[in-house]
Amino acid sequence: MRLSTVFAAASVMALAAGGQALAGPTFDAVREKGFVQCGVNGSGLPGFASVDDKGEWSGLDIDLCKAVAAAVFGDASKVKYTPLTAKERFTALQSGEIDMLSRNTTWTLTRDTALGLDFVGVNYYDGQGFMVPKSLGVKSALELDGASVCVQTGTTTELNLADFFRANNMSYEPVVFETNDELIGAFQAGRCDVFTTDQSGLYSSRTKFENPDDFVVLPEVISKEPLGPVVRHGDNEWGDVVRWSLYAMIEAEEYGVTSENVDELKANSTNPTVRRLLGVEGEFGKALGLPADWAYQIIKQIGNYGESFERNLGENTPLKIKRGLNDLWTRGGLQYAMPFR
Amino acid sequence: MAAAAPRPGGGRRTVFWNDPRVRAIFAQTVVLLLVIAGVAYLVNNTIANRERLGVASGFDFLRQVAGFDISQTLIDYDRTFSYGRAFVVGLINTFYVAVVGIVLATVIGFLMGVARLSSNWLVAKVADAYVEIVRNIPLLLQLIVWYFVVLAGLPAPRESIALGEGAFLNIRGLFLPKPVFGEGTAIFLAAVGLAVIAVIVLGRWARRRFEATGQPFPVFWTALAILLAVPALGYLLAGMPISFEYPKLGKFRISGGLVMLPEFMAMVAGLSIYTGAFIAEIVRAGILAIPKGQWEAAQALGLSRGQTLRLIIIPQALRVIIPPQTSQYLNLTKNSSLGVAIAYPDFFNVAGTINNQTGQAVEVIAITMAVYLSLSLTISAFMNWYNARMALVER
Ligand SMILES: N[C@@H](CCC(=O)N[C@@H](CS)C(=O)NCC(=O)O)C(=O)O
Repeated sequence: MRLSTVFAAASVMALAAGGQALAGPTFDAVREKGFVQCGVNGSGLPGFASVDDKGEWSGLDIDLCKAVAAAVFGDASKVKYTPLTAKERFTALQSGEIDMLSRNTTWTLTRDTALGLDFVGVNYYDGQGFMVPKSLGVKSALELDGASVCVQTGTTTELNLADFFRANNMSYEPVVFETNDELIGAFQAGRCDVFTTDQSGLYSSRTKFENPDDFVVLPEVISKEPLGPVVRHGDNEWGDVVRWSLYAMIEAEEYGVTSENVDELKANSTNPTVRRLLGVEGEFGKALGLPADWAYQIIKQIGNYGESFERNLGENTPLKIKRGLNDLWTRGGLQYAMPFR
Repeated sequence: MAAAAPRPGGGRRTVFWNDPRVRAIFAQTVVLLLVIAGVAYLVNNTIANRERLGVASGFDFLRQVAGFDISQTLIDYDRTFSYGRAFVVGLINTFYVAVVGIVLATVIGFLMGVARLSSNWLVAKVADAYVEIVRNIPLLLQLIVWYFVVLAGLPAPRESIALGEGAFLNIRGLFLPKPVFGEGTAIFLAAVGLAVIAVIVLGRWARRRFEATGQPFPVFWTALAILLAVPALGYLLAGMPISFEYPKLGKFRISGGLVMLPEFMAMVAGLSIYTGAFIAEIVRAGILAIPKGQWEAAQALGLSRGQTLRLIIIPQALRVIIPPQTSQYLNLTKNSSLGVAIAYPDFFNVAGTINNQTGQAVEVIAITMAVYLSLSLTISAFMNWYNARMALVER
């Protein structure tokens, strides 16, 4: 094991040179290879993760991958993406194929424990909904007895669906697809009456439809779907980096730090929280094993949480999603960063 | 050099490390140890990694509630059943599609194989085209075309295509009347059983008589008459116990009756047409392998072309056909795992869902491999038995 000795020596030297804290296996490996391998949505979920014709990825989930790269390397472009289906995602993370998963993934007890994973935050609070063709004339999910329902495998969605119909004493025919694109194809062809997934997924998928206006989302939200980034269980140092990268974006929004004013605030702000966030005061970078300006780099290159939300999902996008639960706690939402102290 | 010549008088024994036998044993031991060490390392590594991550392990999850539904269940199943049960549902679905696929592929393959040898130019060319086109397009693509193009073009439930009394076809599937077995069904079934036994006895008697006296007996028509008349009589005597439940158009879908899901139909169409092309080639090769003399001899005996094929050529060709046929059946069964692409809940599909919901990849993959291995071995065993039987018939 000559090689690991070399690595160990290298990290000891790095420790001596940069005064960095000892980091866990993934963190070390990421620094070593020089980029973050981020698992993202494979079919493309516009607004969350999709790739354009130049091969550039964008979306709320993508911004989180970039934020981590900005924090670690000071360069948001140091990310490589692995597109994954719902079914593949956990194995990819467990096996070490990816460093982190940022793919509209619901935080559940089983996944957080028995699957050997750790959720480190919530970047989008969601809930499961139903979409039907307008022509069906259905107004409520409770009228769906006997319907045939298109659903994606390997999701919380298929479990909630089974629970919901059973709890309401209704029958249904599940038609279970492996990818969202196949599902959308079958749904539009009329194979099923109902398409169910996270509401964000419904709105996002609808932008891909041929006739989006022919479909409505029913009012019922049948589950809690807190979607967030995931790392391997026991990978605490790396988990901290991902968690605090997300918090930095939320904290920045709360304190009015944006990609536009961040330079000015870094130079002139007297607000102690802002000064700590931007690395002017305190040694938070060192505690995380990151450069002092880690959060500055995130905000400068990606923007705060609100900016990312507006850019990817907001009024000026085809999705037009309201902040709702994803507004800051100070405005009645659930987004809340732990204190930068 | 002539060093190989034995030394007179037995000669000096070589040093033991030069003895090829010792060397061979030594080399094999080293390889074996390396393999064992490699496997042990992998197993150890896996266990350690899974422990470090806190991944659940063991097979206890098989008894936990599955929590998801499956579209096609030939045995009782809903979300409250266990993961173990879900595996069985998937296995039965694989079996179902494989058996139907194998039967259809064999029929298609034999017809097309014989057609390729037909003296009718058009028939032969159509069969040629079928084989060449179908064989050269990946199966996955064909399944996707069947499901997302052909079947997706079927009408909505309200505009169903009616297929006679109480049967119709639409994008939700093929709906057929379902027989409901009332009181007295036993009498009817007994009549059916009686007819079958009678036909078997008749067949044996006819063959023995033919071998003894050379007199042919119209077995086919007599058997048909028995098979129709006896059960019909039993059915009337029992007071017509079987009625039919007709599918009804509800608000969303059609309820009642028998359903064949579009996913299933696409699988059967894709698998049997694809495999049929390979079987056609095997059948053609099998027939061509029979020496021309056999045809000429049959002709000389005054047999017609059909008789020659049925009585002389095919029985001999089967010996050539069966072994490669077996691998086509195995291929079809294994290819049914492509069902996952078109929402058919076969074993592989259900196993994938279970893997994802429990995170126990190692256990699920082990079960999956064991199941496909057993399926393959079962089919092989059956085909070997059939092959042995066929080999005996030929003298
Ligand atoms: N949040 C749910 C569902 C996530 C999910 O996979 N959603 C689907 C439907 S929006 C999706 O992203 N599909 C894209 C793909 O897998 O190709 C979960 O974590 O299980």
